[in-house]
Amino acid sequence: MALHKTVTQNKVQYRFNPDNLEASEPNKFREGDLRSEEMIINVGPQHPSTHGVLRLEVISDGEIIKDVVPHIGYLHRCFEKHAENLPYNQVIPFVDRMDYVASMNSEHAYVMGVEKMLGITNIPKRIEYIRVLVAELNRIASHLIAVGTYGLDIGAFTPMFWAMRDREHILRMLEWTCGARMLYNYIWIGGLYYDLPVGFEEKCTEFISYFKPKLKELEQLLVDNKIFIDRTANVGVLPLDLAINCGATGPMLRASGLRVDLRRTDGYSAYPELDFEIPIGEGKMGTVGDCWDRTWVRVREITESMKIIEQCVAKLTGEHKRTRDFDPQALVPKKIRPVAQDLYVRAENPKGELGFFFRADGRNDVPFRCKARSCCFVNLSILPELSKGVLIADLIAIVGSLDIVLGEVDR
Amino acid sequence: MEFLNIILESDPSAAVVPNSTPQTIAVDPKKLITVAENLLRSSQTYFDQLSCVTGIDNGVEAKTMEVIYHLYSIPYNFSVALKVILPRENPVVPTLSSVWKSANWMERETFDMYGIVFEGHPDLRRILMPADWDGYPLRKDYKEQEKYREIQVKY
Repeated sequence: MALHKTVTQNKVQYRFNPDNLEASEPNKFREGDLRSEEMIINVGPQHPSTHGVLRLEVISDGEIIKDVVPHIGYLHRCFEKHAENLPYNQVIPFVDRMDYVASMNSEHAYVMGVEKMLGITNIPKRIEYIRVLVAELNRIASHLIAVGTYGLDIGAFTPMFWAMRDREHILRMLEWTCGARMLYNYIWIGGLYYDLPVGFEEKCTEFISYFKPKLKELEQLLVDNKIFIDRTANVGVLPLDLAINCGATGPMLRASGLRVDLRRTDGYSAYPELDFEIPIGEGKMGTVGDCWDRTWVRVREITESMKIIEQCVAKLTGEHKRTRDFDPQALVPKKIRPVAQDLYVRAENPKGELGFFFRADGRNDVPFRCKARSCCFVNLSILPELSKGVLIADLIAIVGSLDIVLGEVDR
Repeated sequence: MEFLNIILESDPSAAVVPNSTPQTIAVDPKKLITVAENLLRSSQTYFDQLSCVTGIDNGVEAKTMEVIYHLYSIPYNFSVALKVILPRENPVVPTLSSVWKSANWMERETFDMYGIVFEGHPDLRRILMPADWDGYPLRKDYKEQEKYREIQVKY
């Protein structure tokens, strides 16, 4: 009886109503408008192959897909609204939560934008190299997730665990720098939260020498696997002209055969001083720009990131080595109030071009407008173009090869 | 870059906006599609990627809204931005989704957040917010609804 009382005292906030879904996120197509052999299949939002909470409205004719309508917004956390109400430095934790598997890269892009607005150009080289080092470590972690979960999507179970095992080393190292495993708030405007912990550079070298053969193993197990090739080669081919017109960036664009990388073309941070290749899709197993090429480009990029890390470690233990009086917070401004201006800044994230648009009005410590240009959002918008006329099983392969993180799609 | 001449040819009233990176050109909303097509097709510019579409609400006093399009030319490695200024009451601007396909979702997002109508858009529905949400959240005078399906919105 007492229990019953407490239950009735609690106000019930939400009552299930079958019409709610139809009202809040209605399908684009109606059953009545379809031809008699066509039907609507709903995939997601709770479907393991959608990498989070993506809902796909699939119009299919038997096994053949006629149209796909992605429904997004299930993970919308009002990043832009939050950013309009917070000082610039307090936005960084929210930036972390956009692309939560590559937070360092997002932070780096955001921080570069605010520094440009404030006119801070004399960032010490050691800070720049540390930023690049942690960002590239995080890029490896992000690509490991992409490749590992992609294997899982199309039925390969082991590569996922191998990728997660190696990613764990990176997460532990990044946890060592700032105390958090995934959401770091490590790169600050004008500097860093803290210098690298003592012994971090050696640990990086150790990790690289451990990881090189492991990556080879992963590549042999998954990317060169006959079953994997059969599932991904010639599937979801994205021609270059369509990729450019649709705004594809990052590995998506490079897999379609264009050698463009913002780290090279924009040459921000310490990247102009580092030597690395830009892998592009060559259509080795099928056509240029197919799902296999996209995975292959990611694996090659891991190799390039390892090269960058080695060079950064060499610089951080040699030319720009740790000194007693080095203060990574020396240039961190006490008050952040940029002069009135518009600024668009972009950087190469693991998934593509992450851009931030700022408008400062010169009178406030909070941005008047802060817009995040999400690479996953734009890459996902290509999905309907890619998946017309493919089989339903190939749709899963295509969604996986886009490498979306719903945290960034929905922001 | 000859982009300014190309813009001025199609829209003589275009003006450079100060204090903006990359350089921003304010154009007439009626000429927007012509300007965009010329920037894409001209062999001197080839602005082949539309990177970002940003909506801005200047507030109730200013009575204007803005849409900023960030363009990037891959062959020339050059960026430029186009800006259109719209009245706050009934903001309507022609869609660029016929020029760049990436405009489709980005314009939907701008519509979702600001209520800016993109005329001629093939599929102008809300994208991030639920379809039955009241109001446009990023407008400066936005007040969130008290309850959404009996769930308290404000905490």
